[in-house]
Amino acid sequence: MAYIVQTRTRASSVAAVIGAVVLILLICLPFFASRSLILDMFTILTMLVLAQFWNLLAGYGGLVSVGQQAFVGMGAYTLFGVVILGGIDPVAAILFSGIGALIIAVPTAFFAFRLHGAYFAIGTWVIAEVVRLLVAQWKTLGGGTGTSLPREATSDMMFVGWIESLLDVRSAAARDVLAYWLALALAVATIGVIYWLLRTRRGLALAAVRDNIEAAKSVGVDAVRMKWVVFLTSAFGTGLTGGLIYMQKARISPDAAFSLNDWTAFVIFIVVIGGIGTIEGPILGVLIFFLLQSLLADFGSWYLMTLGVLAITIMLVAPRGLWGLLSERTGLHFFPVQRRLVATKPTEK
Amino acid sequence: MIWVDTIIQGILLGGLYGLFAAGLSLVFGIMRLVNLAHGDLIVMGAYLILVLVTLLGLSPFIAVLLAMPLMFALGWGLQKFVLNRTLGDDILPPLLVTFGLSIVLQNALLEGFSADSRRLPTDALTTASVQVGPIALGVMPLLTFASAIVVIIALNQLFYRTSLGRAFRATSDDPVTASLMGINPTHIFSVATGIAMIIVTIAALYLGLRSNFDPSIGPARLIYAFEAVIIGGLGSLWGTLVGGIIIGVAQTVGAAINPEWQILAGHIAFLVVLLIRPRGLFPRSHD
Amino acid sequence: MALLQTEGLTAHYGDFQALFGVDIILNEAEVVAIIGANGAGKTTLMRSIAGILRNAPDMVRFDGASIGARPADEIMAQGVAMVPEGRKLFPSLSVEENLLIGTYGRKTKGHWSLETVYQLFPILRERRNNPGTALSGGQQQMVAIGRALMSNPRVLLCDEISLGLAPVVIKDIYKALPVIKAAGASLILVEQDIGQAMAMADRVYCLMEGRVTLSGSPESLSREAIHNAYFGAMA
Repeated sequence: MAYIVQTRTRASSVAAVIGAVVLILLICLPFFASRSLILDMFTILTMLVLAQFWNLLAGYGGLVSVGQQAFVGMGAYTLFGVVILGGIDPVAAILFSGIGALIIAVPTAFFAFRLHGAYFAIGTWVIAEVVRLLVAQWKTLGGGTGTSLPREATSDMMFVGWIESLLDVRSAAARDVLAYWLALALAVATIGVIYWLLRTRRGLALAAVRDNIEAAKSVGVDAVRMKWVVFLTSAFGTGLTGGLIYMQKARISPDAAFSLNDWTAFVIFIVVIGGIGTIEGPILGVLIFFLLQSLLADFGSWYLMTLGVLAITIMLVAPRGLWGLLSERTGLHFFPVQRRLVATKPTEK
Repeated sequence: MIWVDTIIQGILLGGLYGLFAAGLSLVFGIMRLVNLAHGDLIVMGAYLILVLVTLLGLSPFIAVLLAMPLMFALGWGLQKFVLNRTLGDDILPPLLVTFGLSIVLQNALLEGFSADSRRLPTDALTTASVQVGPIALGVMPLLTFASAIVVIIALNQLFYRTSLGRAFRATSDDPVTASLMGINPTHIFSVATGIAMIIVTIAALYLGLRSNFDPSIGPARLIYAFEAVIIGGLGSLWGTLVGGIIIGVAQTVGAAINPEWQILAGHIAFLVVLLIRPRGLFPRSHD
Repeated sequence: MALLQTEGLTAHYGDFQALFGVDIILNEAEVVAIIGANGAGKTTLMRSIAGILRNAPDMVRFDGASIGARPADEIMAQGVAMVPEGRKLFPSLSVEENLLIGTYGRKTKGHWSLETVYQLFPILRERRNNPGTALSGGQQQMVAIGRALMSNPRVLLCDEISLGLAPVVIKDIYKALPVIKAAGASLILVEQDIGQAMAMADRVYCLMEGRVTLSGSPESLSREAIHNAYFGAMA
């Protein structure tokens, strides 16, 4: 009897086909959708990316951070910085966002890793606050009140001209389409990278460190290195997203870019409600989040209260989130990472 | 001369931060739970005192005596019905549930009281000051600092001189063996959170008398409390007060140099201590 | 009627079954020894009786009442005290505080008090203010026993009190047991080392892999029978 390790399931193969169809649909969306739908999709996709990276950190890495807004803000400010001070095209500047976030991620991890559990969480929050306060001192980029992207930079962005003629739209609409396509690419790349990571040995090591750090160390996993890799990867991805989000907004301020509510609270709720520790969870979560937002958007604080109560209830009653419930009942996995030992017949002579 | 005055103001401010932190430290010491809604509970306490003052026409100092048993009951209930269910090996549930609670509280207060800034009514006593040599010390800050000391002494007495305190320490060491002694850990945890809420109410009184408050200021109080606990070292109540003083002094000194740097200075002091003494200044020997 | 008895007691740790229908009886003023190899289920049995593990209500009866499903703190209040395996003193409490906490759930007056426990184990009086865990193994065992006695229990469960102690120390500890019995407690002694346990006991049960393989008075059991019951006939 021979054995192989298999992760693919029937459901995942079907899902892969459906996913490809959905992806093609999404790519073609700007050809037939309204501008407001495109903008909504942009928000959904960027929140999804943020959620996937927070999930990587907390659900898979066991590092609960309440300070990811530091990287959103830093990524956004790096973009504004290189565009305003360096004259770089905003689209190209997005790459710098990731790097900017990475630069502060290193000292952040250095300090935060001295703490554990809930104290690590609050520590990341403190550091995010420090970054916000420091950035607000930087007068060239607007100080406490913020600033906007200069018109010359936005009217002339890479690809915008091409989109204008392709879809026969005005410059502002073309910019939104560009942002949407970039967000779509980022979302696909993120899910791809995370899924690939989890299927490699690194992913297995990560799960081991999260479950029992001492046991993981005893089989040779470099736990410290894993934590750094996960933290920096999340920071980079979050920074890229921050840059993209604020490239679309074209206007920034420290309170907005470093907002706990927008970039951490919502993200955490999305992941918790959808299902922590799975790739499908945040996807489900962001859809529910959006549904709730459209229903309750006019009700400001009631909306947030509902999210909060929902998250609390789910954590107490169904800690694996709604996707976890669904997947337990039906055994469905669209992005299976569990390794199963499958017996195969030895080949006949 | 101005520096001495600044530092003394900072020390007294540290008393307030010590009060913020004492409840947090108590709960963590007994059940290893960090309540991310702690700051919002302080703000809620301030609103409760405000309601009692407005509805019953009482002085805040009397209203706080009424508020304390109410807050105890709230904390007891919160622990028994919600937080106890999050305790265990997984760190995610307590963190995420208390985070959700924080958001719910902030928004509930927003709905109930609007975003307007409030303040507890002050009178001649609370705005008076006392001359000590060349320095004028406010009666309020002195009272706050004195209260912090009284609270910590009272807590230490509770912990080391009473049967309940023994039960707290035993449960913190080993909940299973504690149950063999006839201690019901879930009951003990509920009492502990109830007591923490009493301290929170006292902190709320001084917060409300000292400055304006609104539903959104909770998270910042949590951060100061947390920084004080970390600087002091997990498990030491006096250490928590010292931590509060360090943050207070850093803030007042920072503000004296440049008003925009006040809060940042406090955070920097925290990071410096974290850098050189990750376990805090007076860490517990076993943990 | 027996003071304490188990009927068809089963116990599981998750999917793993540790006890397969264990019946034991403890009568008033008796000393019962439970012997068996490592992993035989002795501590699981003790934990089930003490309430750390919950079972079906009728599986454990104390004084006629079904206590199988009750939690440890309620069972302790009824008068069943345990000296847990590994001593399990509280590091944050001093020796005296460790003794005092033994009365938290049950304040019944009886022979045992701080004073009489110090008479039983005089060395503890000298060390009363030391942290509980700063003592030698034998002294810690004395504290653990004293702590359980402070509630004046009717049944004392002693889980491997000789574990990790030198023979001379074990002898000292076992000298205290007749005093404890004379003061009114009935005892269940769980031991891997059968010598001392058998010398004290009125009756013996032997456990192997979660089942009772032998029971009777020590005199009536042959060496060979014990050997087979302890290790299994194949060994």
